[in-house]
Amino acid sequence: MANVTIRNLNKNYENGFHAVKDVNLEIRDKEFMVLVGPSGCGKTTTLRMVAGLEEITSGEILIGTQVVNDLPPMDRNIAMVFQNYALYPHKSVYQNMAFGLQMRKYPKDEIQKRVQDTAEILGIESLLERKPRQLSGGQRQRVAVGRAIVRHPQVFLFDEPLSNLDAALRVQMRVELKRLHERLETTAIYVTHDQVEAMTLGDRVVVMKDGWVQQVGEPLELYGRPANRFVAGFIGSPAMNFVDVTISRSSGALWADAEGLRLKVPTELDAGLRGYAGKRVTLGVRPEALHLANGADPAYYCFGSAVDVVEPLGNEILVNFRAGGVPMVARVDPAVRVKAHQSIRLALDPERVHFFDEKSEAAI
Amino acid sequence: MLIERKWKKWVTFYLPMAVFIVFTLFPFYWMAVTALRPDAELYRTWRQASATPFWTLEPTLEHFKGLLQTTAFPHWLWNTMLIAIVSTVISLICGMFAGYALARLKFRGSEFLGTAIFITYLVPQTLLFIPLADIIRDMHLGNTPWALMLTYPTFLIPFCTWLLMGYFKTIPKELEECARIDGATRFGAMVRIIFPVAVPGILSAGIFAFTLSWNEFIYALIFMSSAELKTVPVGVVSELIRGDIFYWGQLMAGALLGSVPVALVYSFFVEYYVTGLTGSVKG
Repeated sequence: MANVTIRNLNKNYENGFHAVKDVNLEIRDKEFMVLVGPSGCGKTTTLRMVAGLEEITSGEILIGTQVVNDLPPMDRNIAMVFQNYALYPHKSVYQNMAFGLQMRKYPKDEIQKRVQDTAEILGIESLLERKPRQLSGGQRQRVAVGRAIVRHPQVFLFDEPLSNLDAALRVQMRVELKRLHERLETTAIYVTHDQVEAMTLGDRVVVMKDGWVQQVGEPLELYGRPANRFVAGFIGSPAMNFVDVTISRSSGALWADAEGLRLKVPTELDAGLRGYAGKRVTLGVRPEALHLANGADPAYYCFGSAVDVVEPLGNEILVNFRAGGVPMVARVDPAVRVKAHQSIRLALDPERVHFFDEKSEAAI
Repeated sequence: MLIERKWKKWVTFYLPMAVFIVFTLFPFYWMAVTALRPDAELYRTWRQASATPFWTLEPTLEHFKGLLQTTAFPHWLWNTMLIAIVSTVISLICGMFAGYALARLKFRGSEFLGTAIFITYLVPQTLLFIPLADIIRDMHLGNTPWALMLTYPTFLIPFCTWLLMGYFKTIPKELEECARIDGATRFGAMVRIIFPVAVPGILSAGIFAFTLSWNEFIYALIFMSSAELKTVPVGVVSELIRGDIFYWGQLMAGALLGSVPVALVYSFFVEYYVTGLTGSVKG
């Protein structure tokens, strides 16, 4: 068991590509840390540097208290699960799981016992004699996880382990991984491009883009208080609605104006936005922070529009419309009946409105 | 409609296939028939009334007997086998390591080296034997099996290296990365994971190398002079064509016996060999 510390980590490839830029992370002992971001954001490179599969250009990685920069992968006491499982095709499931222990010269009966125990945890006892090609995708995934946990490493590394599975299996394995982590209590670093996986699995989540860390925080913190426009748009599905608005002052309050839209800036955000009077900012509001207006909503949080498309999902309805010159989505109660081209009046939830600086894109 | 399709299949598939098979196998059949024909049938004119050019009515083993008793054919066979096996093993080992290095290790000039190795394979043996003969003489290896065991790898190693490099590239990188995390060194991962996974590729490289050295002619002709030390391709030609007389029966018997071991090797490994050339590895 160990924490992982990453200090000023950089990765420059020979072709000049700067994949990871000044990453600083403190991953606590027993924590499940998820790195998430679009492809090419440097999350996998960071993970591979922790694993020792990629050379570090500058910076430091510590596992426990030991700097591991120059340790070969075998000496870092880590285990990794790969996206394509990387099961050894010429070895049986048992041999696949035993390989790491054999390399470390464990006694035979100890190996036998550990493989058996691990196979039981994962429900793959009956597959031990099979070859990887005789297994289904989900079974291979389990074997790959088993091969990692059988060694009781200090840190688990997961590189998009679920993205080769079909949707239903992915949800199931996600739950199993979470349960497994609670049981094993081992530090884990998990890379994914899927924000749902990140939110559901992570104790904390790191959002990365273009090699930079955008924000580190607990899932609900990222969701509720995104540090910048990228995080706000990346976390949550459907994505947050963004409208460019101009801030103006009138009759003692701040107002956000866009084409066909005039909303009062909620009082809590007043202080931060004072300096932006007369300037343009980006207003962000999540689909679930919008609802069909009723009499109780103050007029200065309401606006009118016409429905473009309705997507009934059963437990909710996604209403697509245009406001402030851009397409927007609202997530509304399925009991509400709305039809395409119908005029509607929407209200926003003043506590769940975000403003972002137009240039720096940082939250205000 | 259905009938028409069947008819089409005959014309477009079975018929060309049959022509192709006859075309390919006829020389082997001719070789076998000639080896079994008595001399009297072999040397009569084909216009003679009793001529049966495509079969024989009096098959005989006299040519085989003659070949095995009056010539050094058993020695040739043994020499060829030994030289082919040793040079194949040398080339395979070198080719495996070189192929792995070119496929996986990123070092300065690795691409240039790969191309350079390929180019050496393209240099014709008919040019290369001249400097090689010089080296063989200086090292006093002439007329010993080592002359061939060491010169065959000059064309076998580039060949094996390229074939195996291609094969190693199809093996997912993650396999050895995983092995290295599991506790193997780079060398250990190569030997324990990559080589076993690459067995089909290694076998097909081996079969090819074996066949190439089995059939090799020029080096064997130049570097070996005593009759006892010759290989089958050279021995058969140099000892069974005396002056302008062709001992057709024995020549063909020698060719037949000489191709049997290669055919056996092929048929044993044919499955591996096909996947080695066409297939890739799935993790």
